[in-house]
Amino acid sequence: MTFILWNILIVSGISGGLALLLVLADMFIANYGECTIDINNGKKQIKVEGGSSLLTLLGDNNLFIPSACGGRGSCGFCKVKVLEGGGPLLPTEKPYLNAQELKDNIRLSCQIKVKEDIKIWIPPELFSIKRFRAKVAKIEDYTYDIKGLTFKLIEPTRIEFKAGQYVQLETKPYAKNKSTVSRAYSISSNPDHEDILQLIIRRVPEGICTTWVHDHLNEGDEISFTGPFGDFVIQDTEADMFFIAGGSGKAPIKSMVEYLHNHGSKRRMVYFFGARTKKDLYLTEHFREYEKKLPDFTYVPVLSQPEEGSDWDGRTGYVLPYFQEFMRDPAKTEAYLCGSPGMISAVTKELKKLGVPEDRIFYDSFA
Amino acid sequence: MVLSPIIIFFAAIFTSNILLTNFLGMCSYLSVSKEIESSFGLGMAVTFVTILTTVLNYLVYHYILVPLDIVYLQYIIFIIVIAATVQLTEMIIERVSPVLYYTLGIFLPLITVNCAILGVSLFMVIRQYTFMQTVGYAAGSGLGWMLAILALAGIRAKLKDKFIPTGLQGAGITLIITGIMALAFIGFSGVVVIQ
Repeated sequence: MTFILWNILIVSGISGGLALLLVLADMFIANYGECTIDINNGKKQIKVEGGSSLLTLLGDNNLFIPSACGGRGSCGFCKVKVLEGGGPLLPTEKPYLNAQELKDNIRLSCQIKVKEDIKIWIPPELFSIKRFRAKVAKIEDYTYDIKGLTFKLIEPTRIEFKAGQYVQLETKPYAKNKSTVSRAYSISSNPDHEDILQLIIRRVPEGICTTWVHDHLNEGDEISFTGPFGDFVIQDTEADMFFIAGGSGKAPIKSMVEYLHNHGSKRRMVYFFGARTKKDLYLTEHFREYEKKLPDFTYVPVLSQPEEGSDWDGRTGYVLPYFQEFMRDPAKTEAYLCGSPGMISAVTKELKKLGVPEDRIFYDSFA
Repeated sequence: MVLSPIIIFFAAIFTSNILLTNFLGMCSYLSVSKEIESSFGLGMAVTFVTILTTVLNYLVYHYILVPLDIVYLQYIIFIIVIAATVQLTEMIIERVSPVLYYTLGIFLPLITVNCAILGVSLFMVIRQYTFMQTVGYAAGSGLGWMLAILALAGIRAKLKDKFIPTGLQGAGITLIITGIMALAFIGFSGVVVIQ
């Protein structure tokens, strides 16, 4: 018996000693002390405990840099200009920066760890991005894997945004996910309704945030989000508008169409909605109503795999071949795309082939 | 005959290369050998960790395990020492060179389970090396591992845009190259015998 205890004691003793060593090392080696972050040449100065990423530290101080991936270094949105400090450029940042940005010392704020005093410059409009608390007012099942969420704002009570912008929804810890993550979702509600916010969220298998929304979020729960972010917004012209977005990409388009209607737009609009089968269609009636309400709006759902024997009498296949049919003057057409990077590049290629100028193609790519 | 630590050092690099004659530490060897730069970084990290942990394990073995007559616990203890040392190395690298830290990425923690490192500690016990012999053997093994991965990275860089049959691309051709390299290294093995 003593023999077993003796063994346990020795192994624990050695492990404990090493653990103590690591704790001491953590205190002395990984301790960067207090650092100062200077923003926009003294407009704001914050003192922080060094060692964490710049994105996190700015977020802790209510400065929200856009980030669709939540700091994993996979979206490349959280760019800031570093004027001083920040250490050398990391291989994880390079793929997201072009030659001009490299020259200007633009960096990804999620990859930089603050270990010394640092001076940065951010676009001044980021100062107006806020963190909102809201209550889940309604959860609707749009399809088997897409839900529509309506939030009633608690604090601040109003949100000002442009149709097409997005917010970063924060998850609460659930099941095995012990920490909060944030993910970007386009706003689907009309910007004129300032006291509510709607999102459309499709379930992603194994997705941390979408699983939380689909399986753990209930009406009446309180949530938080930051925003609004993004420059995927309606251009103030009279050109024809082509909207191309499938799945949950419908969110910003819904917001845009509702906004345009509210403000009496007379522009010609066509919305191509690609889906697989009839059960992937949603909000069809909603858009059919807008066909009547707006002077010249056409909603074009296209099914790629309508079930055998279904009563689908609409268009089939992919959306690309149908652009021609609705195109009047390619040079005077604007396209608004929302979807996966693959979809965006395929559609952009097709539109360019039809003669739509590249600077009139606007998109919001799922990161 | 008692072998000089210097002979053991060179033998561990060339004639008894831990990777190419014992085939230990293959995992990171196969996955990080695409670029010479990161291979070099990982090689340096492995060399550093091997020397440090083997010396620590020597002390632990001779001054704790043997006197207490619990040498059968060596596997557990050695692994714990290696894991802790890797953690420490990680902290130091992050502080000193963030670029190297991100280049090594997930491979730094992978050193913990690099069997070449545990292998060196175990061979040191089996072969009953003295302290100086252990230092020579650890340094040689680390550098030998680095030599092997650098050689492979060089070969892979040259093969990058050459035609390789589809079925052999990636791991297949890498293992064949490793086999040929091993044959070449084993060719030296008659010169000095350290085991």
